[in-house]
Amino acid sequence: MSIAIRRRVQLAVLLGPVSLFLAVFFLGPLAIMMVTSFLAPGLYGGVEWTFYPHNFGRILGFADPMFEDFDPVYIAIFLRSVKIAALTVLAALIVCYPAAFCIARLSERWKNFCLFLITLPFFTSLIVRLFVWVLILRQTGLVNEMLLSTGMIARPLDLIYTDGAIILGMVYVFIPFMFMPVYASVEKLDWTLVRASLDLGAGPIRTFWRIILPLTAPGIVGGAIIVFIPALGNFVVPAILGGAKVMMLGNLIEQQFLAARNWPFGSALAMMVMSVMLVLLLVYVFASSRRGADAALNR
Amino acid sequence: MQDSIVRLEEASKAFATPEGGSVTALDAIDLQVRRNEFLTLLGPSGCGKTTLLQAISGFVELDGGRILIDGEDMTDRPPYRRPVNTVFQNYALFPHMTVGENTAYALEVAGVAKAKRREQVAAALKMVGLAGMEGRRPRQLSGGQQQRVALARAIIARPKLLLLDEPLSALDKNLRQAMQIELKTLQHELGISFIFVTHDQQEALTMSDRVAVLSGGRIQQLDTPRAIYDHPVNSFVATFIGASNLFDGRIDGDRLMTGDGTEIHHRRTANTAAGAATALIRPEQFFLAGEREPFPTLDVDLEAIVFVGSTFELFGRTSTGKKVIAEIPAGRRSLIGDIERTRRAKLAYDPVAVHLIHACAEA
Repeated sequence: MSIAIRRRVQLAVLLGPVSLFLAVFFLGPLAIMMVTSFLAPGLYGGVEWTFYPHNFGRILGFADPMFEDFDPVYIAIFLRSVKIAALTVLAALIVCYPAAFCIARLSERWKNFCLFLITLPFFTSLIVRLFVWVLILRQTGLVNEMLLSTGMIARPLDLIYTDGAIILGMVYVFIPFMFMPVYASVEKLDWTLVRASLDLGAGPIRTFWRIILPLTAPGIVGGAIIVFIPALGNFVVPAILGGAKVMMLGNLIEQQFLAARNWPFGSALAMMVMSVMLVLLLVYVFASSRRGADAALNR
Repeated sequence: MQDSIVRLEEASKAFATPEGGSVTALDAIDLQVRRNEFLTLLGPSGCGKTTLLQAISGFVELDGGRILIDGEDMTDRPPYRRPVNTVFQNYALFPHMTVGENTAYALEVAGVAKAKRREQVAAALKMVGLAGMEGRRPRQLSGGQQQRVALARAIIARPKLLLLDEPLSALDKNLRQAMQIELKTLQHELGISFIFVTHDQQEALTMSDRVAVLSGGRIQQLDTPRAIYDHPVNSFVATFIGASNLFDGRIDGDRLMTGDGTEIHHRRTANTAAGAATALIRPEQFFLAGEREPFPTLDVDLEAIVFVGSTFELFGRTSTGKKVIAEIPAGRRSLIGDIERTRRAKLAYDPVAVHLIHACAEA
């Protein structure tokens, strides 16, 4: 057996299990969902096996009133979800970026300890942690009680069941996802480049924009994508901290499947979300592969 | 004072050690660098040379003393407001910028117009032999080329002073020697002072107008390469620069008697004082007795004879066990043949060439 063939066999053996798993449990359901999104909803749940593009029409506005009504509320929910996910990304970045610089400068022992602290929330249930936020934010919660008792406010504030509460909860959930890639690129930053910039006459602010930010950008972009995608489709946080008042895409889809039992429409919504994410990912992959090609060329 | 571009007055710096103590990196250093001078700071690692450089560029804040550049007090100025640029040891080229953007950085920061920038970048790159390389990325270049970009980037804004922090240490030997000559030429063309940090004494001797030998946060000797080599002020300088044979003893007239009874002849001058002293004989000042008579000699048992091309290096010991190194031109084959057989040599020297280091000069 030639070495080349042996290599290939090795590769097949190593990649076999994961490929099989993904094909059966990821691509399979995905295909089912894609097909379902073009089928008609059955009268009592389930699907009718006819081609039915109106699920998408209902969202995007080319619905034939004979079958489905176009309702701009879906686009509105979509846009609001994008807004909340984007604000989550921004807030998480504002929290994580400076912290990454601090932790990167600590000694090895403290570094590892801090990284451990950041992953600590994973050890408890997400639902439990979010319910603690309910206790903190609700009308009779910790924050309101404190503000009332100090006399700073006369009536409890509406903290929970707002966009703000959702963003707070999302940032809380996604901080580790933002922190890790940001930290990885901040830690790799070569500080002699910063010194070189200062030495060449650039002040601290210009050095940040011209040297530090571009060199840590891969981590920022990576973190932003890893947070944005699950934030866009997240339904746990809005369900608990948004109550019934704030609906996001995740809740809408969940509702279509579990409450309205309109599987085709739910699938169509899910397909829409996925296509947006796909576009984002492709942009990222394209940009980073170009960088990669650059790096390969540079070697 | 106007002929000095940099002036350090009692510059002091101590660093705290993790154990709670402190290490003196700069011990009240006074230093003046002349205009258009190529000055080298030479010393073993930890001698304070890099700290001194960083104090001038502004990355190390002094505990005490002053730094003046071109007559202006720079002691409290941040690095980005000093008319000084640095070539860093690992080049520190910005990986996300092209060679052209790297080179133009100082101009861009200073707000020079784009067209003018391009012109100056082309000129600077041409000066370092990289004409037309503007569009390349630093990683596409060899180590030597990266070095040149770092140089072009540092000189483009015409600093009053260029600092070079062991810039050649990452290059291989041939390239390093070529760069040494280029650096020297470049310094002449630019007409700005260079302060060059190295631990490589050969490099220091080759390039410098003056060399400052540092040890323990102090300047041990500041002089021309030849003066430092021929007349070191103390045994640290003598051993750090070049190979040396040192004989500690007491001066008695025109000879120096070591404790174990070896006699070293020297020429008495007006400065020769009686008392403890160390005699220095460089290896190449020895020759084989019998070539030229009459000269004082040392009888040496040879332990190794090494052929290094242009010379033979002889490693041996005197009858009292003192180690001696001698360098004999390889042209004297017949004589070498003799000593290779007998493993003994009579090493002769000219008393005029013996340099005396008086004990009081020792730091």
